[in-house]
Amino acid sequence: MSEKGIRCECGHLNKEGTVLCEACGKPIEGNQHIDGNDEKQVLEMRYEGSARRSQTYKRTFVDKTWAYFSSVKVGVWLIAITLFMSALGTIYPQEQFKNSPLPSSQFYVEEYGLTGQIFYQLGFHNMYSSWWYITLVALIGVSIIVASIDRYVPLRRALNNQKTKRHEVFVKRQRLVSKDNDLSDNEIESLKKNLKDKRYKVYEDDGHIMAEKNRFSRWGAYVNHIGLIIILMAAIFRMFEVMHVDDYVWVREGETRVIPSTNQEYYVENTEFVYEEYDPETQEQFSRALEDVEDPVPKNFQTNTVIYRTTEETLPGQEPELEEVTRGEIRLNQPVTFDGYSLYQAGTQLESEYDSMSFDVQLDEESLGEFTFYTDEAPPEFQLEESGLTINVDNWFPELEFTETGPSSFSKFPRNPGLILSIENPETEENERFFYLQEDIIPLSDANQIEMSVTDLDRRSASGLTVKKDNTLPLFGLGAGIFMIGVVQGMYWYHRRVWIHPKDGKYHIGVHTNKNWYGMKQELEKVTDGTNIKEFEDQQELK
Amino acid sequence: MDFYELSSTFLYITFVIYLIATAFFGMTLGNKRDENKKSKATKYAMIFTITGFTSQLISFVFRWLEAGHIPVSNMFEYIYFFGMMLVLSFIVIHFVYGVSVLGLIALPIAIVIIGYGSMFPQEVAPLVPSLQSHWLYIHVTMVGLAQAILAISFIAGLLFLIVKINQSTRNKETTFLELIIYGVVATVGYIILSTGFGAAGYEAMFIKDADDGYQYEIVYEMPALFQPNNSELMSEDRFNSGLETPAWMQGVDAGQKLNTLTLSLLTGLVLYGLIRLILRGQRIGAYLQPKFGKVNPDVVDDIMYRAIAIGFPLFTLGGLIFAAIWAQEAWGRFWGWDPKEVWALVTWLFYAVFLHLRLTRGWHGKKSAWLAVIGFAIIMFNLIVINLVIAGLHSYA
Repeated sequence: MSEKGIRCECGHLNKEGTVLCEACGKPIEGNQHIDGNDEKQVLEMRYEGSARRSQTYKRTFVDKTWAYFSSVKVGVWLIAITLFMSALGTIYPQEQFKNSPLPSSQFYVEEYGLTGQIFYQLGFHNMYSSWWYITLVALIGVSIIVASIDRYVPLRRALNNQKTKRHEVFVKRQRLVSKDNDLSDNEIESLKKNLKDKRYKVYEDDGHIMAEKNRFSRWGAYVNHIGLIIILMAAIFRMFEVMHVDDYVWVREGETRVIPSTNQEYYVENTEFVYEEYDPETQEQFSRALEDVEDPVPKNFQTNTVIYRTTEETLPGQEPELEEVTRGEIRLNQPVTFDGYSLYQAGTQLESEYDSMSFDVQLDEESLGEFTFYTDEAPPEFQLEESGLTINVDNWFPELEFTETGPSSFSKFPRNPGLILSIENPETEENERFFYLQEDIIPLSDANQIEMSVTDLDRRSASGLTVKKDNTLPLFGLGAGIFMIGVVQGMYWYHRRVWIHPKDGKYHIGVHTNKNWYGMKQELEKVTDGTNIKEFEDQQELK
Repeated sequence: MDFYELSSTFLYITFVIYLIATAFFGMTLGNKRDENKKSKATKYAMIFTITGFTSQLISFVFRWLEAGHIPVSNMFEYIYFFGMMLVLSFIVIHFVYGVSVLGLIALPIAIVIIGYGSMFPQEVAPLVPSLQSHWLYIHVTMVGLAQAILAISFIAGLLFLIVKINQSTRNKETTFLELIIYGVVATVGYIILSTGFGAAGYEAMFIKDADDGYQYEIVYEMPALFQPNNSELMSEDRFNSGLETPAWMQGVDAGQKLNTLTLSLLTGLVLYGLIRLILRGQRIGAYLQPKFGKVNPDVVDDIMYRAIAIGFPLFTLGGLIFAAIWAQEAWGRFWGWDPKEVWALVTWLFYAVFLHLRLTRGWHGKKSAWLAVIGFAIIMFNLIVINLVIAGLHSYA
């Protein structure tokens, strides 16, 4: 024999490894063990008895690897391991959520003891980005691809090659059968009509009838797996930095700052920060709940922003020329979006910094003048207009702290400003010094005659904004959409076929549905209505 | 009467109606009654179920009117919604399949779930900024509905197990079935304790010296079997066993949680023992089996699958896809490995496993039923343990 494959008695040439002839469905001798048909009455119809590579070739390394990954059992185990490990990773917080200044090497053991130590040592504190977790997911991906190709290609060929006229054994070994019916031509006609009413396509060949519907439902599983593959591919793309931007910027009220990760192209101005709380007085329906909590419940975090772009004329090193792109109110759940970038409300430092402090200077109950110290400008001296006196700023501590060497500044941010001011007393010509700290001003000598007082303080909030741009989102969306289509396609429609097989004046009827046998039985009752077809026998009982 | 009180009143009415419906479902059982009386009992049971559902829906609407936003924003509201969807799913399933004894499991479980939810603070709370989104309406309700439908598969699975497990001798399966029943009974135990001591106004205050150097006042609303670690009882005439919560249990409230859990489990044990005593030592499963005897297991098996076939895509859409879209809108990242997110993924993967085993490896019947039980356990774990024990973004309790 020179021809490759197996020639069925019906004349169809099947590929090696075929279990049921693609055309007539006759079981092919010697291959029945592949689908387990040798041990049961009902033929395995999941893949139409088609020749799957994984079940046919098992010699070489490639064959074995292919067979391994195409196995649903392996796939299920991979999923089960992934879900188990994922769950384990939530026992203690992941490193990104640990919310502690301690390094992880100390945090887990000190907070959770020995089990915490083990959690850390095994690397579970960074589980979802660990090489083995990613490998697990990747293996699931490989399994999905291999299993899908392994089944889809032969299944499609088998369904395309199927003939209306089937072998008697094939029909009789379906799960639902009704054998040896005496049917009149009228009954056959009404059967066909009923099937057509139920949206079956009815084919006839030499007295044999096949009715089929919803074949596309068989592709649902492959469609949803394509969706999953697209999602996994999107996840791979996302590993590359160029595909997404993830940055953070603090902007004070009144400040304009360059937006990081935009190539110095975009700037954001915080024109105002709005913070609101729920008031039990005005919103009575919440009063019961609000009385129970000690801290006020926030209602709104909002940054009013203007987004600018640098104009093309700007030279490097030059103060950028900005043109407004858009403006908007950023709230939680309401980012501002421009040119693919989005700014999200992420953090707040509520009135955490001092914008300005105003002082009044008096001598002998008479005002010598007033001045305002703006923390951003921090000038070294002030001229009092009324008296022409000069006030020197001897020291400026934006964030005052006291160390062994005296007062110093912890940072350059005016969170706890301290000032040492000196002024020459016009009467005594003595230099008198004052220390502003903790919103109060104190003379540094008991001999000071000049009196200084704080007249006004202006505080400002800073708003933390996350900068995001993600080029992989459309791909994730596409994958999710295809997945949902595939799931619905595969689960809510059923591929159903009815074969009517004439034999010696009697009719055998075999029925197959890929899912929902309960619904099939109900449908059959309607289809056989008005005929004397014997009750269908379910050849597969539930264990 | 304001909307809030109306809502509460209708919730009480709902409880009573559900109980009556359960009683009628009970009458559909047994071999002594003739079919006619059974079908009448089914009819009344369904009328009461639908009335109860309507009453709960009214309660829900009043709460919505009071709050000005959809009431699904904290533990009480979510569990309450979940219970309502469970009843709705049962009603729909009943119209499709007509298996009335399913109600005898579905309604008591719905009652216990809603009862459990009612133990959480019921005040109408304002929405914090992160919840102020139309996705609250879509994501949370869809997850609630999906989980309720998935819970129907658990209920069908439970029914299947009650009917099909070999009860002639004690074995692994009977033991696990009793464990599930015990779990329900222990939840009832918690509800009884919580309501009882709550009504009595029981309070015992402890002062705890915490590791951070601060002192915390902790008020127990149940007798202290386990007092907080490193604490002293300040109230007079209050029971204290002297047992301390072990130090490795984290958090200021750890003692209280351990105490409540232990007391509930013990109460559950007592209740379970009492039931066994009434049944003269018979396992509850063994007692129930002949009562449910006439159910067609094929149909129940089909309900189990169908519930997952509907619940799974809904959960994917609501619990993962819409959740991701909302997360993207709120925080700029659609996925962040927050514990709740991870457990949504775990749930999804688990039902994916269920579907693969069933559709390609032929896991029907008992195997499927056990999986449906585990699936429900995962959902409950995500709902209760993740919210109460493992803090994360979804800790709205």
